[in-house]
Amino acid sequence: MNVEKLNLTLKIWRQKSINTPGSFVEYKISVSPDSSFLEMLDDLNNDLESKNLEPVAFESDCREGICGTCDLVIQGQPHGPVPKIATCQLHMRNFRDGETIWVEPFRAKAFPIIKDLIVDRTALDKIQQAGGFISVNTGSVPDGNAIPIPKDHAGLSMDAAACIGCGACVAACKNASAMLFVSAKVSQFALLPQGQPERYQRVQAMVKVMDELGFGSCSNTYACEAECPKGISVKNIARMNRDYLMAKVKAE
Amino acid sequence: MIKLDAKIPEGPIKDKWTNHKFNMKLVNPANKRKYDIIVVGSGLAGASAAASLGELGYNVKVITFHDSPRRAHSIAAQGGINAAKNYQNDGDSVYRLFYDTVKGGDFRAREANVYRLAEVSNNIIDQCVAQGVPFARDYGGLLDNRSFGGALVSRTFYARGQTGQQLLLGAYSAMNRQIALGKVKVYARREMLDVVLVDGVAKGVVCRNLLNGEIEKYSAHAVVLATGGYANVFFLSTNAMNCNTTAIWRAHKKGAAFANPCYTQIHPTCLPVHGENQSKLTLMSESLRNDGRIWVSKIKGDMRKPNDIPEEERDYYLERKYPTYGNLSPRDISSRAAKEAVDDGRGAQGRDSVYLDFRDAIKRLGQNVIEERYGNLFEMYETITGENPYKIPMQIYPAPHYTMGGLWVDYNLMSSIPGLFVAGEANFSDHGANRLGASALMQGLADGYFVLPFTVSNYLAGDKPTLVKEDHPEFVAVAKSIDDMTNKLLSIKGKRTVDDIHKQLGRLMWNKVGMARNEKGLKEVIGEIAQLREEFWKNVNVVGDAKDVNQCLERAGRLADYLELGELMAVDSLHRNESCGGHFRTEYQTEEGEALRDDENFAYVGAWEYIEAGKWELNKEPLEFENIHLATRSYK
Ligand SMILES: Cc1cc2nc3c(=O)[nH]c(=O)nc-3n(C[C@H](O)[C@H](O)[C@H](O)COP(=O)(O)OP(=O)(O)OC[C@H]3O[C@@H](n4cnc5c(N)ncnc54)[C@H](O)[C@@H]3O)c2cc1C
Repeated sequence: MNVEKLNLTLKIWRQKSINTPGSFVEYKISVSPDSSFLEMLDDLNNDLESKNLEPVAFESDCREGICGTCDLVIQGQPHGPVPKIATCQLHMRNFRDGETIWVEPFRAKAFPIIKDLIVDRTALDKIQQAGGFISVNTGSVPDGNAIPIPKDHAGLSMDAAACIGCGACVAACKNASAMLFVSAKVSQFALLPQGQPERYQRVQAMVKVMDELGFGSCSNTYACEAECPKGISVKNIARMNRDYLMAKVKAE
Repeated sequence: MIKLDAKIPEGPIKDKWTNHKFNMKLVNPANKRKYDIIVVGSGLAGASAAASLGELGYNVKVITFHDSPRRAHSIAAQGGINAAKNYQNDGDSVYRLFYDTVKGGDFRAREANVYRLAEVSNNIIDQCVAQGVPFARDYGGLLDNRSFGGALVSRTFYARGQTGQQLLLGAYSAMNRQIALGKVKVYARREMLDVVLVDGVAKGVVCRNLLNGEIEKYSAHAVVLATGGYANVFFLSTNAMNCNTTAIWRAHKKGAAFANPCYTQIHPTCLPVHGENQSKLTLMSESLRNDGRIWVSKIKGDMRKPNDIPEEERDYYLERKYPTYGNLSPRDISSRAAKEAVDDGRGAQGRDSVYLDFRDAIKRLGQNVIEERYGNLFEMYETITGENPYKIPMQIYPAPHYTMGGLWVDYNLMSSIPGLFVAGEANFSDHGANRLGASALMQGLADGYFVLPFTVSNYLAGDKPTLVKEDHPEFVAVAKSIDDMTNKLLSIKGKRTVDDIHKQLGRLMWNKVGMARNEKGLKEVIGEIAQLREEFWKNVNVVGDAKDVNQCLERAGRLADYLELGELMAVDSLHRNESCGGHFRTEYQTEEGEALRDDENFAYVGAWEYIEAGKWELNKEPLEFENIHLATRSYK
């Protein structure tokens, strides 16, 4: 437990709506190092509200790094300077007294700003709707142990399935590509026997919608993997590219 | 007076659901597309219901305040999901899961519902595997299991420490398939603020569009609420920030009975509070209790570091008091035992916390095994606390986690409002006074995949409800009342922030309606909550506009409901002159400090009917135990 407080300067992006220009606004705050980054913003908002000012709009929900709701760019990095965590898991002990902290929304063509730090990421849902599923109806399925799955396959599938859909990979990419996100879902199913029947259709359908929604092409810089709070590997992109090629071959 | 008819089917317990399924009415396949169903909530219960109802051919509208259905709070469940597969050959069966759940719930659940839950549990696992949920597997490629509190068999299926996430993504994917097929339509970033009844029957809901503040009306032949639990009434809980009671509370005020509001689960393994500005509490999965040992110093006021306290001066109090179940004792028992240790002045280094220690497990199994089992949980602990749990024992403390109470439903999961169904944590149905670990995920998916598709169809085929237009006077009146409430909130312009008042409510609830309750405290707190509610309506400051993104207004509306629900929780606690599961009245305990039930007078579901602000009428649904003998729970 720390007692010394940190005195910080915050430069936070404020923007009334998609149609109005935004800008950075400066705030001073004093906060315990044990506090989380979002708790610091809660404090700031409580203070603003008590002065009858509008709080900073930002989103979060589980605050355990799993729901994928929180989405800030802090000091120029999606989810902030500490690797492999979501914004909500960032704690103030990672900052120095006197530091200036820049806070912005995720920026990508496919993620329009709604207000202040809130962006619209429904494009990610649309890609999933295009094929991110296995077509089985409720009830008509075999016993869970009917098809053994090698432990390492299940493990690799789980590695990919761990994606929280936050979109940091898109925000990190200079082309705002969603390849890491899409490849994680494609890989999860491609690695399981249950995913085989629709394997090649799925990859084509999902990639098609991804392209239509304005996500850029893969820049091969691996910035996505570096910023992913779950450490999703770019190997998934390679796997997806292989499947995508195979799908084309098969179609011919 | 509401007439509570549980509609439990006739026949022996193991045939009830089968017979009922056969006897229920069916909707002609060609007619299904003529029916609209609203599902509020896209967690495990809502998403599974929406997907399954869509598959059957109904038109489903899913409403969620989240930006994406995948973010529902179910995503945060870590530990696992129970099923009676008996894959481990350790003596499990549907009957044992049924028995454990009734006993774990301290004999305050409806037997028939629990049996059905156990019965369909196995279908859930099959369903999820087929959807591509990457459950943990053993070296032979078969599904792996672990143990959870309150059971002596290994029946918990898991996907690392992210079981809820994987199950929800499974249900979300099934729903996405129906979206692509045009059978399900999602209305995200909408907060349901009321149900609309016409002649006492549910005909739709009214929502606030969180993007622009517009009030929107949605009509349907039937409405399902799958809106989760209300533990955030305590302000600090393990629930996600936006979990709230608004949907079920407003339905309650429209006539749906609220059952057992006082049954709250305080989870034993959460991270302790760090300071005043804490926003929520983090759960460390109960699965950690498979290998971690819980202890405190034997000496009061012991300020030594844990690793400096020698073995013989440690009190492994759960193992000492409950040798059979030990560290895997049920949640209510484990939580109270931690509180006792802290109240006794033996908290970890003087704090409100106890140790959860993996030293012996690491010695026995090696660090790599522990890492494989709990790696992500250990990492999470270190990120939050800055301490390495492989080296220094974790510190944990109980926190509000789950609410067993909820809207009363009959066997068909229909509330006391015809046409209004309630699923998942939002209903009261299966867990009695205490929920066992890994059973909420099971219940949510049981309700959504395997119960509602039958019972909603039965309602549509039997009652033949009609569709009401969205310009019906009832819709208009409800929309107006919401506008009025919004305007009122925005016009108070008082001195206190929403969070400030919520924190005060949370402290009142934690101190007097928390882990241990008594008559005096409850009588006091009822008045204190009513007073705080009055202050809220006079002195809160809600900033911003009605027709804009306004998170302050969202929080204020939710708090307004908590300020009413909190009082009912206290009223229910006060009336229940016994201790059972998550409801512990200090006046009613055995000499050894265990919960003392009063089956003679309280073997019933307490379902409250709303009369007016601060006034309720109690309706009782007697509980009959025909299969499992009423007995004092013992985990010794
Ligand atoms: C940290 C944590 C860990 C847990 N771990 C486990 C575990 O390992 N095993 C287990 O069995 N259980 C676990 N539980 C319990 C379990 O996760 C929940 O009980 C369960 O997921 C609830 O599911 P649900 O579908 O009922 O509701 P939720 O998942 O809470 O979904 C509620 C939905 O309703 C929507 N909603 C709510 N109100 C409104 C409104 N007014 N308008 C519009 N939409 C609304 C929300 O947007 C959301 O989509 C855990 C709980 C917590 C807090």
